[in-house]
Amino acid sequence: MSTTIATRDKAPRRRGDVIFAGIARGAGIAILVALAGVALFLTLEGFPALGASGAALDGAANFLDYVWPLVFGTLLAAILALLIATPLAIGVALVIAFYTPRRISGVVGYMIDLLAAVPSVVYGLWGIAFLGPQLKPLYQWLEEYLGFLPFFAGPASSTGRTILTASIVLAIMVLPIITAISREIFTQTPQLHMEAAMALGATRWEMIKLSVFPYARSGMVSATMLGLGRALGETMAVAMVLSASGVVTFNLISSTNPSTIAANIALNFPEATGLKVNALIASGLVLFVITFAVNFAARAIVARTERERS
Amino acid sequence: MAKSIDISDLDIYYGDFLAVEGVSMSVRARSVTAFIGPSGCGKSTLLRSLNRMHEVTPGARVDGKVVIDGQELYDPMIDPVEVRRQIGMVFQRPNPFPTMSIYENVLAGSRLNSRKLKKSEADDIVERSLKHANLWSEVKDRLGKPGMGLSGGQQQRLCIARAIAVEPQVLLMDEPCSALDPISTSAIEDLIHELKTDYTIVIVTHNMQQAARVSEDTAFFNLAGAGKPGRLIEFNPTKKIFSNPDEPATEAYISGRFG
Amino acid sequence: MATITPTPPTPTRSSMHLKTPSLPRWAPLLVIAIAVAASAMLGLLLGWGPVGIAVVAVVLYLVGVPLWSRLVEDGRRAKDRMMTGLVWTAFVLALIPLVTLIWKVVAEGLPQINAEFLTYSMRNVIGDQQGGIYHAIMGTLLVTAWAAIISIPVGIFCGIYLVEYGKTSRLARWITFLVDVMTGIPSIVAGLFAYALFVLFFGEGVRMGFGGSVALSLLMIPIVVRSTEEMLKLVPDELREASYALGVPKWRTVSKVVLPTAMSGIITGVTLAVARIIGETAPLLIIAGKTDGLNMNMFSEPVTTLPVFIYFSYTQPGLPPEAGQARAWGAALVLIVIVMALNLGARAIGKFFAPKKGR
Ligand SMILES: Nc1ncnc2c1ncn2[C@@H]1O[C@H](COP(=O)(O)OP(=O)(O)OP(=O)(O)O)[C@@H](O)[C@H]1O
Ligand SMILES: [Mg+2]
Repeated sequence: MSTTIATRDKAPRRRGDVIFAGIARGAGIAILVALAGVALFLTLEGFPALGASGAALDGAANFLDYVWPLVFGTLLAAILALLIATPLAIGVALVIAFYTPRRISGVVGYMIDLLAAVPSVVYGLWGIAFLGPQLKPLYQWLEEYLGFLPFFAGPASSTGRTILTASIVLAIMVLPIITAISREIFTQTPQLHMEAAMALGATRWEMIKLSVFPYARSGMVSATMLGLGRALGETMAVAMVLSASGVVTFNLISSTNPSTIAANIALNFPEATGLKVNALIASGLVLFVITFAVNFAARAIVARTERERS
Repeated sequence: MAKSIDISDLDIYYGDFLAVEGVSMSVRARSVTAFIGPSGCGKSTLLRSLNRMHEVTPGARVDGKVVIDGQELYDPMIDPVEVRRQIGMVFQRPNPFPTMSIYENVLAGSRLNSRKLKKSEADDIVERSLKHANLWSEVKDRLGKPGMGLSGGQQQRLCIARAIAVEPQVLLMDEPCSALDPISTSAIEDLIHELKTDYTIVIVTHNMQQAARVSEDTAFFNLAGAGKPGRLIEFNPTKKIFSNPDEPATEAYISGRFG
Repeated sequence: MATITPTPPTPTRSSMHLKTPSLPRWAPLLVIAIAVAASAMLGLLLGWGPVGIAVVAVVLYLVGVPLWSRLVEDGRRAKDRMMTGLVWTAFVLALIPLVTLIWKVVAEGLPQINAEFLTYSMRNVIGDQQGGIYHAIMGTLLVTAWAAIISIPVGIFCGIYLVEYGKTSRLARWITFLVDVMTGIPSIVAGLFAYALFVLFFGEGVRMGFGGSVALSLLMIPIVVRSTEEMLKLVPDELREASYALGVPKWRTVSKVVLPTAMSGIITGVTLAVARIIGETAPLLIIAGKTDGLNMNMFSEPVTTLPVFIYFSYTQPGLPPEAGQARAWGAALVLIVIVMALNLGARAIGKFFAPKKGR
């Protein structure tokens, strides 16, 4: 065996190491560049829309007038979806975490994950062909008995393709996200807290209320926010289910519904030309900013609680 | 091929924290040197600085000199990877590579460096190393099976075989028996006895009897106090350390353990 | 959790009352039976549909059990029973969509599936002639394959950078943050990005398969990065040290020890990522476009993918609408089968490639 240890006379950095580290770093930087590209190109292509008016903006006087109803519809659909999905998702997460034996809960959790795997276009089909018609009688009933509320003023849609239907489809799509995160947090609740509640003679529900919810609260909030982010950006299900006319209204069951940014892009982009394209891209940029803000808030909540816990 | 190691005025840091201070000693070639001392006094840290594994920890650095066979380990010209090829190491917990078979684990040192070996050569190395590590008879019929399938003691001997397969000049062992039962421990002690004819061995141990049984020289380290760096208190032939040490601190530590 | 059951305190004196009156174990079942029966009877009399009957039965149950518990047990346990009922109701409600969706897709789609449907395109198909989705299947596979070719190396190397090299450096923190941002990009925005990018080179109205791949990779990369990161973090440092101690340079340690150890998890993550993007519609609608024939060239002319085919075939079915819509269901069934197969495959791969422990 040779006794020389030094094999080179310059700085001992291996070529393989330099190349490999360089590739890894390059991949990281590629992501930075890609995101910068997203912001840059969307701004570049969206910018001309700010000066547009008239036909390119579906008759709106300026870009703000054009996006405002879309922003309204986006927020309305997403928030409705969350109102429906959150209690259901938390119920499902509770069932998986506390109400079923561990063996079964694995299978059940997997079934919920399958819900997340269904492509959104298939949800769209299902919403248009199955859910909408099923909900029609409900809308008629709502109009008849609760029509004094502005939400159910009607006249009830004859196809069931309303913003409420779209929100229900959205709710089903975000439910697995909220469920997965909540379930994760529920199962992390310290055994000690739960046993303390049990030792006081608490019932299962009291135990959940006393020791699980306080521990999991911020996690549940951020799960909901992440679900909101998804609901805001979801495109196809809304584009297919909703029969939109771009109005601003809180009437949830009629056949004139506000549209959402994403659905509006999907519906109009294939045929759009000229400034219209720029306007759609600019509205996409607005959507990007909104979802970014929501996701950012969600992550900030997660980060804060993680810091508090450690 | 075994080499002696001369350490002079070595300070070892983790970031700003000085973990080991002012160690000077020389480890004889073809002999076993034991490091003993209370937990946290820097035995592992010193051991890892002898094959430049210390700097794998982010922010870790070293001041002072370690000279092996006339070459200064911490010379800026020295390639740490090359150092580690020639100074093998066995860890406290057995750590065979989970994706490799027993056979591949033994050859890992060459294979991971893409050294080309003929089949017969490779077979030779595997058989020789496993025999050296007293493991051959137990595994020769299942060389293709995963290394993780062995018992803890067998895994540790597999790791020793892996370390000696690349024919290092020095073998560093950090509490190699602490996770093992008495039978595996004694198998490994026998192995150390056999290996010292070819290798310079440094072993960290918490087991006084083990130090007494296997080593020629013993270094006793201690902490000057809580939060203070560890220091070398006494370095002497094992016989002397265990019968009539120079330092009262050594005596106290050893007799404390021997009751 | 599920294993904890309320335990009464151990008795210290024999005079303690440990037996409080409680409902028999079969009480909830009995109430379910009664609620269903009562609601069905009422429903038949008043002519409600099955949905109405189910709703009334659930309400009856949610009122009945707590009421009974309140009379026999106490208020707290009545509340507990009501919450149990509510939670299970939520659970069943959540499963209804999954069940009806799969039933609907299979019932409508299965009759469409035949050899011709899978091997012909829609070129020159008029009216209710038999057409096929071969072009869409190939389009989906090619667009997804290109997306995977872009995303897998970038994603895996980025994960390697974050775990093995960057650690807590400023660049790594930025990348972690931006990967989080990317996870939240709406898919339609990814499509717009690809369009805005390609328009610079190819002019207005550009449509090509590769553009779709770029958009999809924007959605796929963050998933791959995340799962790679998770898996690499699970590789114990002891293995890295064992490799370094053998004199193996870092890059070989990473590529030959760390990556293979984490490989099964990474492959699972990648497969799930592919399953996620293969059903994406919106970005492809924008940049990949649609055509009736087979186009295997990803770098010019529009390419139809399965999701886009489903969308157009259902919403613009032509005449008669039944034929187009039936094809949409058939394509939806094919798409769901592909996605589910990828999901199951991901689990199988995870099990199959996991480091073996057996003797
Ligand atoms: N990675 C590290 N980062 C920072 N400080 C460390 C690190 N590893 C060890 N130390 C510190 O260095 C000192 C020496 O640790 P070392 O592990 O060398 O002790 P030891 O003598 O091997 O103890 P033991 O007998 O328990 O193995 C301790 O104070 C320890 O806290
Ligand atoms: Mg140690």
